[in-house]
Amino acid sequence: MKIPNINKKRVIELLKDGKRLDDRKNYEFRDVIIESGISNKAEGSARVRIGKTEVIVGVKLSTQEPYSDHADEGTMMTGMEFSPVSGERYESGPPSINAIEVSRVVDRGIRESGFIDWKGLCIEENKKVWSISIDMYCINDDGNVLDACSIAAVSALLISKFPVYDKETEMVKYDELTDTPLPLSKNIPFAMTFYKIGEELLVDPNREEEDSADSRLTLALSHNGKDMMINSMQKGELIPITGEDLDKVIEHSEKVYEAVFPGIDKQIKALK
Amino acid sequence: MTYEKRSDGRKMDELRPIMAKVGIIPNADGSALFAAGKTIAIAAVYGPKLLHPAHMKKPDRGIIRCNYNMLPFSVSERARPGPSRRSKEIGMVSGNALASVVDLKRFPNAVIDVDIMILQADAGTRCAGINAAAMALAHAGVVMKEMISSVAIGKIDDKIVTDITKEEEDYHDGEGATDIPYTLTSNTKQITHLQLDGKIQVNRLKESYEAAKIACEKVLDCQKRALKGEDIDENKESKK
Repeated sequence: MKIPNINKKRVIELLKDGKRLDDRKNYEFRDVIIESGISNKAEGSARVRIGKTEVIVGVKLSTQEPYSDHADEGTMMTGMEFSPVSGERYESGPPSINAIEVSRVVDRGIRESGFIDWKGLCIEENKKVWSISIDMYCINDDGNVLDACSIAAVSALLISKFPVYDKETEMVKYDELTDTPLPLSKNIPFAMTFYKIGEELLVDPNREEEDSADSRLTLALSHNGKDMMINSMQKGELIPITGEDLDKVIEHSEKVYEAVFPGIDKQIKALK
Repeated sequence: MTYEKRSDGRKMDELRPIMAKVGIIPNADGSALFAAGKTIAIAAVYGPKLLHPAHMKKPDRGIIRCNYNMLPFSVSERARPGPSRRSKEIGMVSGNALASVVDLKRFPNAVIDVDIMILQADAGTRCAGINAAAMALAHAGVVMKEMISSVAIGKIDDKIVTDITKEEEDYHDGEGATDIPYTLTSNTKQITHLQLDGKIQVNRLKESYEAAKIACEKVLDCQKRALKGEDIDENKESKK
């Protein structure tokens, strides 16, 4: 749902003078705060706050039959809801197309980065594999929910532990967690979204800025130890972006990554 | 063997440690967190606001539209996201519990949206949800005739116990487990919500109401203190 945005003109005028509503620079994130332990019933869970935006994510594991073309590989599914608690504009009901887009872009960023070792999720080839469910909920929307969801999903995965699997009964004992973490690489994916408002590009918009945006471009990045890799992209909204915009995104994506990611990485490593 | 000792060591009439806080969701007109032991609920209130769709409008009063939502990772085996028959029913009875103390005549044609999310479940989720929702309503400044407080009384074997856990709900020995969630008003102790699941002798039901009255008084105290701005965490207090 789009609401008429009376602030758009002001946002654009400010940006022309190199200013934002909260005095940040164009490529500057708000403070990111990561916590864990949202639900003790989850195999891993995390809360991410970016400014006033808050999302929570829980990871659950279950077992299933593998797909026949990936007989020794586990699976993953993601879901996202802008829950009705998160803002006046959201109503209860099935996930909106915006929520579906968020979950799919986050999903691709994780899936394509090689972050998860799918073969490490195999219990018995052709018979049983682990399936990872990542459920993401927006609790308070003050813009840039997609990037917050991506950070929270990765954080929750990194602290997840396998529950006990009883080979005889083929049942999962959910109330007994092992000490074994999920088979993940150090190649942590991180999504950042660039927004175009008027002629300006910026990252991490608050709600008013996001409502003023003409288009956006999400990049899910990861560092393989040698190069910075783009694992997924998504262009959103109606107005096209130019080749020059793309140049700017390329120029600034690594800078934003270097400015924001170390802080996130440090917080994730401190999680229990 | 009778049920003499509760599995978590509480007295028969003892509540689990409570966490309570308001103002946890900046976007909402009112919001609150309420936790009883390992059960954690949050609630947000939006409104009163004009009601859409128009055919639901009541020209003489407002309505409360209450949603109860259990998150997939709040339970051991992942719950399917989205509404279920269970969540719809709980949303309705929770909404009714709230509506009976809100002066809805003040808000003709309007709606107050109340959304409850269960983050972590260990029985008594509807009670925690109602407690959070009532706090969120008060936090939003909605005029209420009385506050409401909710607790799940149980009969485990032949004992009346307060604020039962999932483990107690699953007790099968002796007379088994009965779950009796109560929601009472703060001053007149009227019952705005009452359910029962299990089996209890007719002449013992009154005992459960008396237990609920005592327990709700304690819940109410936490709700009131939280509404005055206190960040209540009895887990920490007991460790001191």
